[in-house]
Amino acid sequence: MGRIVLDKVTKTFGNVEVIPPLDLTIEDGEFCVFVGPSGCGKSTLLRLIAGLEDVTSGRVLIDDTDATEIPPAKRGLAMVFQSYALYPHMTVRKNIAFPLRMAGLDQAEIDRRVEEAAKVLNLTDYLDRRPGQLSGGQRQRVAIGRAIVREPKAFLFDEPLSNLDAALRVGMRLEISELHNRLGTTMIYVTHDQVEAMTMADKIVVLRAGNIEQVGSPLELYERPRNLFVAGFIGSPTMNFITGPEAEKRGAATLGIRPEHIRVGEGLPWSGIVGVAEHLGSDTFLHVHDTGLAETITVRVPGDVEFKHGDRVVFGPDEAKIHLFDANGLRKP
Amino acid sequence: MATRHSRSAARLMMAPAVILLLGWMLVPLTMTLWFSFRKYLPLRGGDLGWVGFENYVRFVKSASFWPSVQATMTLVVGVLVITVVVGILLALLLDQPMWGQGVVRILVIAPFFVMPTVSALVWKNLMLDPINGFFGHLARSLGLQPVDWLSQASMPSIIMIVSWEWLPFATLILLTAFQSLDSEQLEAAEMDGAGPVARFFYIMVPHLARAITVVILIQTIFLLSIFAEIFVTTGGAFGTKTLTYLIYQRVLESQNVGLGSAGGVYAIILANIVAIFLMRIVGKNLDA
Repeated sequence: MGRIVLDKVTKTFGNVEVIPPLDLTIEDGEFCVFVGPSGCGKSTLLRLIAGLEDVTSGRVLIDDTDATEIPPAKRGLAMVFQSYALYPHMTVRKNIAFPLRMAGLDQAEIDRRVEEAAKVLNLTDYLDRRPGQLSGGQRQRVAIGRAIVREPKAFLFDEPLSNLDAALRVGMRLEISELHNRLGTTMIYVTHDQVEAMTMADKIVVLRAGNIEQVGSPLELYERPRNLFVAGFIGSPTMNFITGPEAEKRGAATLGIRPEHIRVGEGLPWSGIVGVAEHLGSDTFLHVHDTGLAETITVRVPGDVEFKHGDRVVFGPDEAKIHLFDANGLRKP
Repeated sequence: MATRHSRSAARLMMAPAVILLLGWMLVPLTMTLWFSFRKYLPLRGGDLGWVGFENYVRFVKSASFWPSVQATMTLVVGVLVITVVVGILLALLLDQPMWGQGVVRILVIAPFFVMPTVSALVWKNLMLDPINGFFGHLARSLGLQPVDWLSQASMPSIIMIVSWEWLPFATLILLTAFQSLDSEQLEAAEMDGAGPVARFFYIMVPHLARAITVVILIQTIFLLSIFAEIFVTTGGAFGTKTLTYLIYQRVLESQNVGLGSAGGVYAIILANIVAIFLMRIVGKNLDA
């Protein structure tokens, strides 16, 4: 169980409206990611669900009961914070046991659940250490352990991986995804990293200035972005936007084409001078200037190709993969 | 500070300060030790030569010695308990966002800037005086008999005065400790089901442990040598004669420098015993 519904939820700080009226449903068992640039209100939204901030108006429903007035501890949600928020003076065991002690469980039950969580998260050997003696990834796991022992209706993650280095981030990403598969509990995950969103989510909510720009599965967002913002936010490297004659020819204000949907070869309609060529081994990203289309066009060529700075390159779009947007930035069907 | 050259240069430059401080400590200490073994009565014949441990024996055998040690400990412990407990509560209050926070914080610190003699006089005449004092008026307005604080409850009065002087210090240190507490930790505890009281005891108090240790250690050093407050208020009467005050009486009122110096050496020993106990009990909070 863990269906969360936001019903016309708003949040204002003073005179600033951070969240305009917003409706959203997160189904039971779903891995839902809130993604958006910093300051878009995604963390605020999570804290509204957690109950750490009061909604200004509207309702938060958890499992069809109105939780708007219920204090955070009673909502049955567990949260993992960006700073992990471990209790530095307690051992790992006591950290994980803390919510159970607060709930007044008996010691045998607490021990059983802590041992179980430690086993799941590979923390058994570290139970008697303090958070200060652990690495970043281990601390992250303790924070998750503290969340899972409560057997909550839903997990809330507030940018949990942003303090880890890149290699560890990929590892923890997998662990969290696996945890979700195993527990099947609703998870709400806030990040500014669209790669995390794309790889982990069942459902992505793209936010900008408190507004939901689009809700959908990762592939829906990738294949059919509803507007220019989503199109530019999802996908790496970002989509090329072309205005002017090329777009008008197709009856649109803006033409969008992802770097991976551009082919290189003689006889294709576009051409330009290679500025920077990034060789990743598996792919080569060409940043092409002087195309007459846009400032730079990014082209993703599979494999390693022999392009260097100053080379002339001829390329063209995959017509079926072109996205067209009208003057308001909305997708044309 | 990497090369050998710069290290020796650093030593050379630190030397004047180190030598000065060392001298500042060693000269009085040596003089105290020296006088404590001599019969030295400035108005009754001056320096009358070596007497061995006679001063030490006389000082301890005096009927005032153990009561003075007891009075010292009562004063120190009483003030420590009051300043730490009330300091935590005040710091908690001042940490809340409120209107005029800056001004209130400065007002709270203000008593620390008042000289001990002045604050003792203010308390003696404006607060504790049974006829003109605030507490006397308060008692009369409630129809009660005013209490002559300094004679009927002399030790509690002095503890009250000294606590008032040291409360700002404790509050200030504890307030900064509160401010360094990660708000996400409190939120995490809130999510984990800890109510305000549980959050206070499980999260805030452990976080304050180090600050409390600092407060206790620093205050103890100064509280062991409290003098002006006693001198101004009770003059050592009514069970308020601390070890410091007893030494003063031996040296200046009895004009017996040798006996007073022996008392001074006892005070050093007492301070060290207290320091060892404190370091054993609370010092481990300063590690890690």
